[in-house]
Amino acid sequence: MSPEPRLVEVRKNVLKQNDTIARALRVRFRSAGVFVVSLVSSPGSGKTAFLEKTLTLLSTRYRVAALVGDLATENDAARLARSHAPVKQIITGTLCHLEAAMVESAIVEEGWDLNQLDFLFIENVGNLVCPSSYDLGEDLRVVLLSVTEGEDKPLKYPTIFNSSDVAIITKSDLAAAVEFDGQLTRRNIQAVRPGMQVFQLSAKTGAGMDEFLELLAHRLAESRSAAAV
Amino acid sequence: MATEEAERRGAQVNAVHLKLGLLSGVVPDALLSSYEIACDDTPLKGSRLLIEEIPIIVYCSRCDAQRTLSSMQLFCCPDCGIPTGDVIQGRELEVVALELN
Repeated sequence: MSPEPRLVEVRKNVLKQNDTIARALRVRFRSAGVFVVSLVSSPGSGKTAFLEKTLTLLSTRYRVAALVGDLATENDAARLARSHAPVKQIITGTLCHLEAAMVESAIVEEGWDLNQLDFLFIENVGNLVCPSSYDLGEDLRVVLLSVTEGEDKPLKYPTIFNSSDVAIITKSDLAAAVEFDGQLTRRNIQAVRPGMQVFQLSAKTGAGMDEFLELLAHRLAESRSAAAV
Repeated sequence: MATEEAERRGAQVNAVHLKLGLLSGVVPDALLSSYEIACDDTPLKGSRLLIEEIPIIVYCSRCDAQRTLSSMQLFCCPDCGIPTGDVIQGRELEVVALELN
């Protein structure tokens, strides 16, 4: 006769291992004085073009580097290398998102000295679902949404918008052509993430980039003065 | 995690109880079907995954109270209607208990 089943309390966070690594990374980033920005969006919303422009504009005044995640190919790293910033491709194979351990080992592999960086960007795999559950130790998570994607994207993917800090509407140079309703999009973003700061820009023309770069400069200074206390 | 616990206690796992927040980014149905596949060839083969879905609770500063959201498309206090993004509960992805034999 088999014994009575018994219930044993466990209480373990399934993602604890990732969270532990992410927390350690955050401490390292903070003490090195590097401000870390991660980018999430659906495939094709312009993460790489936006990052290339951002790296190019920032590198005149700051020391920048980028990690870029993809299922396959090193195409993005090759594109980003045109900015002359150090770039490392993380190929995830079949995995649809980046995890903190991948960020950690990529930094080790490249031998980057975090103390010599002002900004580190992490471009996640194009996916609006899974990346929301994985903390990468970043200071700022940016969700991108292009004008061609439809105004209701925030309502369809509330979790990723809710887990992000800032939203960027990309490809604004195409807004008129696709009859993009910016007000409706902003309303939808606010519905799933009240108070979220929203930028609208075009990496192609450069319009609107300044406001975002100002935010980065401001947040870097803020983070360093907080770490100095 | 469940396998380790079962081995440590020298018992077989009948069921895994999981708390899953609506904001965890995980879909219960997808998790259930992948659970079965993931358990194949492990000591957890044949065990059940019991998912308790956890609603989103936010703090409303106007009401000074915790409120359960009726929709994850609208982060507003269901009572007074002001927007609130202060999430108290709903991001859980936690194994709470194991049913052992």
